[in-house]
Amino acid sequence: MSDIKVKTAPVLGVDGRSAGHLLEIDNLHVEFRTRDGIAKVINGVSYHVDAGETLAVLGESGSGKSVTAQTIMGILDTPPGFVTDGAIRFRGKDLLTMGKDERRLVRGEGIAMVFQDALSALNPVFTVGFQIAELFRKRRGMSRADGYKRAAELLDLVKIPAASARLRDFPHQFSGGMRQRVMIAMALALDPEVLIADEPTTALDVTVQAQIMDLLAEIRRDRNMGMILITHDLGVVADVADRIAVMYAGRIVEQADVHALYGKPCHPYTLALLDSLPRLDLKGQELNTIKGLPPNLLRIPSGCAFHPRCRMARDICSAERPALVELGGVRSSACHFAEELYGRE
Amino acid sequence: MSEVILEVRDLVKHFPIRQGILFKRTIGQIKAVDGVSLDLHKGETLGIVGESGCGKSTLAKLLMNLEKPTSGEVRYQGRDVLRLNPADQRRLRRNIQLVMQDPYTSLNPRMTVGDIVGEPYEIHPDVAPKGERRRKVQELLDVVGLNPEHINRYPHQFSGGQRQRIGIARALALKPEVIVCDEPVSALDVSIQAQVMNLLDQLQNEFNLSYIFIAHDLSVVRHIADRVGVMYLGKMVEVGTDDDIYIRPTHPYTQALLSAVPVPDPTARQRKAVIRLEGDVPSPANPPSGCRFRTRCWKAQEICATEPPLLQIRPTSGHPSACHFAQEKDVVHAG
Repeated sequence: MSDIKVKTAPVLGVDGRSAGHLLEIDNLHVEFRTRDGIAKVINGVSYHVDAGETLAVLGESGSGKSVTAQTIMGILDTPPGFVTDGAIRFRGKDLLTMGKDERRLVRGEGIAMVFQDALSALNPVFTVGFQIAELFRKRRGMSRADGYKRAAELLDLVKIPAASARLRDFPHQFSGGMRQRVMIAMALALDPEVLIADEPTTALDVTVQAQIMDLLAEIRRDRNMGMILITHDLGVVADVADRIAVMYAGRIVEQADVHALYGKPCHPYTLALLDSLPRLDLKGQELNTIKGLPPNLLRIPSGCAFHPRCRMARDICSAERPALVELGGVRSSACHFAEELYGRE
Repeated sequence: MSEVILEVRDLVKHFPIRQGILFKRTIGQIKAVDGVSLDLHKGETLGIVGESGCGKSTLAKLLMNLEKPTSGEVRYQGRDVLRLNPADQRRLRRNIQLVMQDPYTSLNPRMTVGDIVGEPYEIHPDVAPKGERRRKVQELLDVVGLNPEHINRYPHQFSGGQRQRIGIARALALKPEVIVCDEPVSALDVSIQAQVMNLLDQLQNEFNLSYIFIAHDLSVVRHIADRVGVMYLGKMVEVGTDDDIYIRPTHPYTQALLSAVPVPDPTARQRKAVIRLEGDVPSPANPPSGCRFRTRCWKAQEICATEPPLLQIRPTSGHPSACHFAQEKDVVHAG
C-alpha cells in the first residue's frame, strides 16, 4: 500500500464555508437499544477542540463522556449503540456520513485514542514491537525492519528505557505505567492531529500518574496537537486543561475556561461536585454531598436531569429543560438560574 | 491519648515464589509486608497510604487474620490474636471487622441483603437469637441509610454507593470495636464518595469505633484520618498525626507522593513545587538493599544502600520517619 495522506485538504467545510474548528461535535445524539428499553446515553452534545489546546470532558460514570469518544472514533458497538442525530466534523468533513474506508484513514492519522486500561487494549499474544510496527506496515507500506525501527523510536519518545530491547516483550511484561506509555506511543505512531485520552491515568498510582500526565502535556505541546481528556478526576483537570465541558446524563451542563470554572462554577452540579471533594490542602469538617444517585438513563428525569439532586431546584426545573445559555460570552451553563449564579459575588 | 486497642509488632508476611510442575521449589520470597509496627487507639482513625504493591492490603488481611503472618504479633486489648485457641480466636475476631474495596464482588449475588447482613449472626449465634435477627438487620440497614424494607432485595438492585453501605452494615452487625476499611471509597464516583465518608464519620461518633483506613487517595485519608502511616514496599516509612504528614512531612517519599497529587485548583499550577519520581516501584521480590526508596530518591547517598534507616524520631523530624536525611518540607501548601 502506498503512503496515503488525508490531511492535505484545506480547512474548508463540505458546503464551502470555512470550518471553524479542527474537530467539532455538533448536537450528537446516541441511544442504546437494550432489552429493557432505550437508554438515551447522549442527548445533544456539542463541543470542539482546536490544535494545541486541551479540552477536558468531566463527568461521573454514566454521564456519556466515554461514549462520545467512542462515537468520534467510530468504535461504538452497534448494536446496541446507535447515533440518532448530529454530526462529528473533522476539518469540516462529517465523519458520520463518510464512507468506511475514508473514515478508517482518519482514525490513527487524524484522530487517535489512548484507552484507560492498557492491558485489555493491547493484544496479549503479540509483542509490543509487532503491534506498533504493524501500523507502519499497513498504513505506511513500510518493510518489517523499518517498522520495527520506527517502533523503537516511538518507545524512546515516550521514555521507555532500553526501547529497542523491549520491542520483543509482550504487554504483560510491562508495568502499568510503562504499558500506558506503550499505548501512547501507539496512538502517536501516525502523527495524529487530535488525541483523545479516555481516563489515561485512572488505573495508575499518583506518582506514575504525574509522569504520564507530564508526558502527554509535553507531546501535545511539541506536536501542537488538540487533546480531549476524558476524566472524572477534578484534580487532574485543574492541572492540565485549558477548557472544560462538564457532562451529566448525556448532556453538557457547563462549559468554561478552566480558571473560570473552578473560580466560579455556574451550574449547581459543578458547584456541588467541587464542594464534595476532600482536599489535600484543607482539613475539612463534614463533606457536602450530592444527595441521591446519578440518573438511570432509561428514565432520565423530566426537565433538568439534575433537578432531583439539586439544592436550588424549583418547580420550573422539573417542567422545563434549561438550554445551554452563554454567560459573559465565554462560558455557558444549562441551568435556569445560571445568570443568578454567574452574577453572584 | 486514649488507650491502645490494637497493637501490631514487627509484622512480616513473605509469600513464597514457587517454580516447577510436580515438585515445586521455592525460588524466592515476595516481601509483601516486612516488619510493620503500629498502634491503634480507641476511637481514632489511622490512615494507611501507599501505592499499589506497597503491602497495605496484605496488612489488612493480616489484621483480619485472613493470612497467617510469617512472623510478628497482632495484639488486641493486650492479647496476641494469632496464638489463641480457635474458640477464643473466633470470639475475639468478632471485634475486628472488614469493609472491602469492591462493592461489586464482595457481596454474594445470590444472597438477599438480609442474608448478607445477617450472616455474621449465623456464625456468632449468641449475639442475636434467631427470632430477633430480621429486626436487627433492619435496624442496621436504617443505621447505614438504606431503606429497611429493601431487606429482601439482591445486591444487583443497588447502586455502588448503596452496596458499599450494605458492606458497612455487615461489618457493624457484631458491634465491633475496630473496623478495617480497605479502600472503601475508591470504586465510587466523587458525588457518592462523600456520602460514604460522611457515613463512616457519623458511625464512628455513634459507636465509638476505631478505624484502620487503607487508601491510595491521599485527599480522602487527609479528610478522615487522625493519624497517618505511609507505606513503601512493605515498610512503614513515616508515621504521624495528619498535620505531621500533610504539613510537616520529612520522608522524601511522602513529600513526592503528596506533591504528585493533583489539587483541584488551577491557580495552584504555578505555585506547586512538584517532585517527579523517576521509574516504577521496584519488585517486592527483590527490594533494594538498605533504604528501599533509595533507587528513586534524589537525596540518596552511600549510607542509604548499606544501612536500612529505622522508623524513629530524629533531630530533624518530630515524628517517626525512616530516612537518614529526614527534613521537613511543606509540599502541599508551598508557595
